[in-house]
Amino acid sequence: MLAKRIIPCLDVLDGKVVKGVNFINLKEIGDPVDHGAWYSEQGADELVYLDITATHEKRKLLAGLVRRIAENINIPFTVGGGVNHLQDAEALLSAGADKISVNSAVLMNPALIDQIAKSFGSQFLVVAIDAKYADGRWVVYRNGGRIATDRELFEWASEVWMRGAGEILFTSMDHDGVKTGYACKELAMISDMLPIPVIASGGAGTPEHFLEVFTKGKADAALAASVFHYNEISIPELKNYLKNNNITVRI
Amino acid sequence: MENNIVIIKYNAGNIRSVDFALRRLGISAEVTGDPDKIRAASKVIFPGVGEASSTMAHLRRQGLDIVILNLTQPVLGICLGMQLMCKYSEEGETDCLGIFDTGVLKFTKGKVPHMGWNALEGLSGGLFEKVNEGTYVYYVHSFFVPENPHTIASSFYSTRFSAAMQHDNFFATQFHPEKSGSYGELILKNFISL
Repeated sequence: MLAKRIIPCLDVLDGKVVKGVNFINLKEIGDPVDHGAWYSEQGADELVYLDITATHEKRKLLAGLVRRIAENINIPFTVGGGVNHLQDAEALLSAGADKISVNSAVLMNPALIDQIAKSFGSQFLVVAIDAKYADGRWVVYRNGGRIATDRELFEWASEVWMRGAGEILFTSMDHDGVKTGYACKELAMISDMLPIPVIASGGAGTPEHFLEVFTKGKADAALAASVFHYNEISIPELKNYLKNNNITVRI
Repeated sequence: MENNIVIIKYNAGNIRSVDFALRRLGISAEVTGDPDKIRAASKVIFPGVGEASSTMAHLRRQGLDIVILNLTQPVLGICLGMQLMCKYSEEGETDCLGIFDTGVLKFTKGKVPHMGWNALEGLSGGLFEKVNEGTYVYYVHSFFVPENPHTIASSFYSTRFSAAMQHDNFFATQFHPEKSGSYGELILKNFISL
């Protein structure tokens, strides 16, 4: 049986891991490779590194960091935040990234999804979608949740799949950072609607939230940041809890 | 004889990851597409993530298909490498190397690609020395090899499929040992020790 995946997410700023709430109030908490290695030992199934650096040196810095991660980490990892063009994707692939995650860049240029999927395969491409509920619809946001687009969540999720996304990482901005559980209803709708894996993000606060997102939310993987960074939930304990509740996990 | 490991370089992704995994084990390997170096190696690793028809065409243009077929030392195909060692792939309707007398089919049920950690069952042979039944390994693939007489480990994803195969000196895994944590590293180490 295919196991449900537990994925710690590490936000990276200027080469350091940072964490904030609802995309703001960032705090530095350590080295990306050390953190990744520790999570791998704890039983994390994959890692997501999201680079939020906005300087000109970003591209060079990120390729160097990705190479260092690939050399040292023995589980798959996804890199997000550095891809605006096909060449960026290629640079991350050759630095050793297993997958890349794209978000704002494909909202502005959806054809980039087709290009990346055709060049490097769908398995290499995660499309991240940030959305917020307002006036009866789920509005997709770009630029780290700062700019609302005219896209609707479910339509956009279908489009990215049709264009060749290998996985969808859905973050409910309403749930992110507030630790009251994932957006299970919407996640289940996306999971039922599309034949590709769905990674749930935003809202994890307790082990029950993970159980809920794998049952009610029908997610294939669950991503979280602060509950792991601040040791509020230990990955081995979480996996044992899930296993005892009949969820297939890798222990 | 001293171990002289070669990783075959061709137009497929994920070659560097295998090299990094070996380095973590303290093993140095040469990544090369040079037929003489491949033939002279004590162990050969044939990795790959990519599309079957274009990679197979590339191997033929480079003459690497004949080189691989005639190797007598232990060879380990990984993921696409394993699929290219079969007779035929539904991906791009491709005639492959034919080392394993079986075809490669597309998953028609469940979410595709089959991506993530799945359990190994029915383990046999030296590749799985000290690896327990039920060990989880990492997969990313949309095509699979059904169980067949070459199968030395299986996993289940809507159907039981070959997680690993062996025929004489040719070994292959559908999963990625280089991304499968410490057990993946153990499987790579077992191959190097064969």
